[in-house]
Amino acid sequence: MSETIKTDIVIIGAGPIGLFAVFELGLLDMKTHLIDILDKIGGQCAELYPEKPIYDIPGIPYTSAQGLVDALLLQIKPFNPQFHLNEMVEKVEKIGDPLFRVTTDQGKQFECKVVVIAAGGGSFQPKRPPIPGVEPYEGKSLFYSVRRMEQFRDKRILIVGGGDSALDWTLNLAPLAKKLTLIHRRSEFRAAPDSVNKMRALVDAGKIDLVFGQVTALHGDDGQLQKATVKTNDGAINQLECDALLPFFGLTMKLGPVANWGFELKNNELIPVETAAFETSVPGIFAIGDINWYPGKLKLILSGFHEGALMAQKAYHYCYPEKRLVFQYTTSSSNLQKKLGVAPQTAQPA
Amino acid sequence: MVKITFIDSGGTARTVEGEVGSTLMETAINNGVPGIEAECGGACACSTCHVYIEEAWREKVGTPSPMEEDMLDFAYGVQPNSRLSCQIKVSEDFEGLVVRTPDRQA
Repeated sequence: MSETIKTDIVIIGAGPIGLFAVFELGLLDMKTHLIDILDKIGGQCAELYPEKPIYDIPGIPYTSAQGLVDALLLQIKPFNPQFHLNEMVEKVEKIGDPLFRVTTDQGKQFECKVVVIAAGGGSFQPKRPPIPGVEPYEGKSLFYSVRRMEQFRDKRILIVGGGDSALDWTLNLAPLAKKLTLIHRRSEFRAAPDSVNKMRALVDAGKIDLVFGQVTALHGDDGQLQKATVKTNDGAINQLECDALLPFFGLTMKLGPVANWGFELKNNELIPVETAAFETSVPGIFAIGDINWYPGKLKLILSGFHEGALMAQKAYHYCYPEKRLVFQYTTSSSNLQKKLGVAPQTAQPA
Repeated sequence: MVKITFIDSGGTARTVEGEVGSTLMETAINNGVPGIEAECGGACACSTCHVYIEEAWREKVGTPSPMEEDMLDFAYGVQPNSRLSCQIKVSEDFEGLVVRTPDRQA
């Protein structure tokens, strides 16, 4: 296990609300680390709809979701936030007053005075394929990602899907596999045209099989697949012998481990907070953005920004219990402008 | 307003008023029709507002765009009459429209 990272604040979720929290916390001299399960910064905005328009950010009549993420990243750059992507927070433990230990699924540990949960709709996780009874096979012969290619050597592999993940793994695993079959529900593919061409070349060369249809049932023992029932688009039902199945049906949001952190959730999915600082029932743990609930809550990005600003005021007292917090504006405070790296020379304090 | 009926996978039918110009997904959500999740809020980015259009209505409702077809790859139990309800604008012609919701969205 790697050494523990010590910081002021751990923010769970690197979506727009987590990003803007870095700004508000940074103005008050708090250092931040952000952890996100996605492989990129920006949460839903980056993963689900980067090109979609957003019209309700105050003062910005129009931006794209990715444009908003990029602008936020620029805005928080002076505070040098540290990102830990492809990691899911598994545990949050209270080890002091206030001091928390945060552990990720990759075994990384953090010690921080304040935890900010800005996890939106929860963590993105691979969608289960629409096949009854897949659970026993998961992790044994059915995989949602490939960590080690070698484990698929000389195996009969079924890959399901038509996007980049499905096509990339088809191309990567084809040379290793004993037999590889790609199954997709239609003849058009979402994946990059270059990958699709390469895949079709492999099919033409007889190196892999391409089937248009849907997997409807799995057969095997103790989690080990033996064959899959495939209903092809012409109505035929075939049994395909296989050792491994890789379904790529995209991502879905699940609340994930947050459910086990001891909060009394609203509707089983939202963390109740008070509205002075958006703190949870555990002092030192805050929840901001779409994941929280309070009377009158609106799931808007602008609400999350507001929540982050108020959260930072209270978080300050946990990080600097002896200090008095003087409220300042970025427009006029040379102190804040210095932190942002925009202070005019003459305005800098001696 | 037009009357639209959603039939769930258990066979229960709910008839609600759909506002012309809004989407079929919004009609379901605004009326508390179960079986539609619309995780992404109508951005054609998640496939959790999947519905089946009743055969008699398929021509009037129309066919999915290429972008919608791409998202339908992620839906469960896709059939030839599958659509994403966030991509269907309610029109005057939809009076009496019947759609079915699948037994699961995600």
